[in-house]
Amino acid sequence: MIMGMSFVSVWVLNQDSAKEFYTKKLGCELTTDLKLDNGMRWLTVRPQGSTGQELLLMDPAHSMLDGPTAEQVRALVAKGALSPGVMATSDCRGDYAALSALGVEFVQEPAVRPYGVEAVIRDDSGNWFSFTQRKG
Amino acid sequence: MTAAPDVSALRMLRQVRDRIDRDYAEPVGIPALAAAAGYSTAHFIRAFHAAYGETPGAYRTRRRVERACELLRSVNLSVTEICHAVGFTSLGSFSARFSGLMGQSPSAYRAEAARRGGPAPIPGCFALMWRTGLPAPPEPAPPEPAPPEPGAPISAISEKRPGPAQP
Repeated sequence: MIMGMSFVSVWVLNQDSAKEFYTKKLGCELTTDLKLDNGMRWLTVRPQGSTGQELLLMDPAHSMLDGPTAEQVRALVAKGALSPGVMATSDCRGDYAALSALGVEFVQEPAVRPYGVEAVIRDDSGNWFSFTQRKG
Repeated sequence: MTAAPDVSALRMLRQVRDRIDRDYAEPVGIPALAAAAGYSTAHFIRAFHAAYGETPGAYRTRRRVERACELLRSVNLSVTEICHAVGFTSLGSFSARFSGLMGQSPSAYRAEAARRGGPAPIPGCFALMWRTGLPAPPEPAPPEPAPPEPGAPISAISEKRPGPAQP
């Protein structure tokens, strides 16, 4: 059976600053930072409350993508078009306050939705995530 | 896309666009937004349009109308209150822009939503973030003979009157 996602790929514009952002600001734990022979840097972090799922912070310029495609992906990330998914939080309002104080960008403040409390957050590259505390 | 895209310019544009999203109800003029980002107004409007396919003014109007749709569906505020809550200063321009984008007046939209009932199962953020997230236009309704009453309370939407509108 399918267990879910073990890694979620997040295209980032700069792996050094992404590493800083995800570990220092979002409080993720660095799980791997490896330079592979083919030039790819395998950089993964695990959110504090994750039961196993990790985020794979990928640089399009050093990936399986060809050059022009990588540039297109970088442009899409920079202009804010891409969203790798929904971040689950145990306390949307509390995290919103704490992260905002650290200078993390939110596109939308926490708001009550039929399924819980939701904000929208951006990472330092331009990716947006729904930032949701589910009801119940 | 022929030349390599200018990633730092796109980042800048995205930050202005996020600001429009966050402060969509504020009466900040497009020239002020452009200046804050270090652009001339004309250059900013061109660059924004090139990146996002619409002018910043059109984008803001669309976002305001999207928020208005959400409020019309979910809260028991009058159309006039919603008009002001989302940043329009005149009911006339609100109705005109709303009708232009949604194909029906705010009151007709609200009545339609009430008839269909219940909150949409799609997360609100996706509806707001996605260009295609605008609610599907309802099937063409028969023309309404009576003009919509902008301030008429619609009690069928919600029984309790919430506090200030959520941004």
